[in-house]
Amino acid sequence: MAFELDGRTYEVDEEGYLADLSEWNADVAAYMAKEDDCDLDENHWEVINFLREYYDEYQIAPAVRVLTKAIGKKLGKDKGNSKYLYELFPYGPAKQACKYAGLPKPTGCV
Amino acid sequence: MSETKKFMYVNRHAPYGTVYALEGLEVVLIGAAFEQEVSMAFIGDGVFQLKQGQDTVDSDMKNFSPTYRALGDYEVNRLYVERESLEERGLNEDDLMPLTWEDEDDDWAEKKSIHIVSRAQLSDLLEAQDVILNF
Repeated sequence: MAFELDGRTYEVDEEGYLADLSEWNADVAAYMAKEDDCDLDENHWEVINFLREYYDEYQIAPAVRVLTKAIGKKLGKDKGNSKYLYELFPYGPAKQACKYAGLPKPTGCV
Repeated sequence: MSETKKFMYVNRHAPYGTVYALEGLEVVLIGAAFEQEVSMAFIGDGVFQLKQGQDTVDSDMKNFSPTYRALGDYEVNRLYVERESLEERGLNEDDLMPLTWEDEDDDWAEKKSIHIVSRAQLSDLLEAQDVILNF
């Protein structure tokens, strides 16, 4: 599977995750979100950027439980809870945000 | 199912010659979601998994050693390394990655995850487990 954006072709897997994370850019994230009827605002970006940093450091996408705790530590308790994160990413914060961030599906996501 | 069991994942293989180490690590991360009492043991060539400064560029494999540093986030913070296995390979604790975890109940104090134990101590630890998984 693949999609086209600004004359470039991006390979994705059957669930829509980017095949090569080095191809990622902000337009790809915005395009994927649009497909899900989601407009990315600064709160979404905060989580997406956090996930990219986490992957860069640990080479994995964190499970949702780990993400929630880490967000709480970094951005404050009012953001480090599942209610806030599910409002931003109703399809599941780890799964949906990881997709927009160009990462593989989270390890430990059951 | 609310009963907590003691799970120990025993790692016996070097990180890149086979797929055991990476698969084992992924199972640990996935299994962590079940909130059991998890620990890991590193014996034999398994101790190489925790070696500092791994470089896989020439082998064309993904260097997954940074992922061991995420174990603390998954509340996997008991990593037992057998002293004899280290010594037989000319290694000591300083050759290993300084893995830590943050204790939420102790004001996020950073604590060591790696514990060097003797063969006899490890044998006692194995004896105390409900489930042992070998990789």
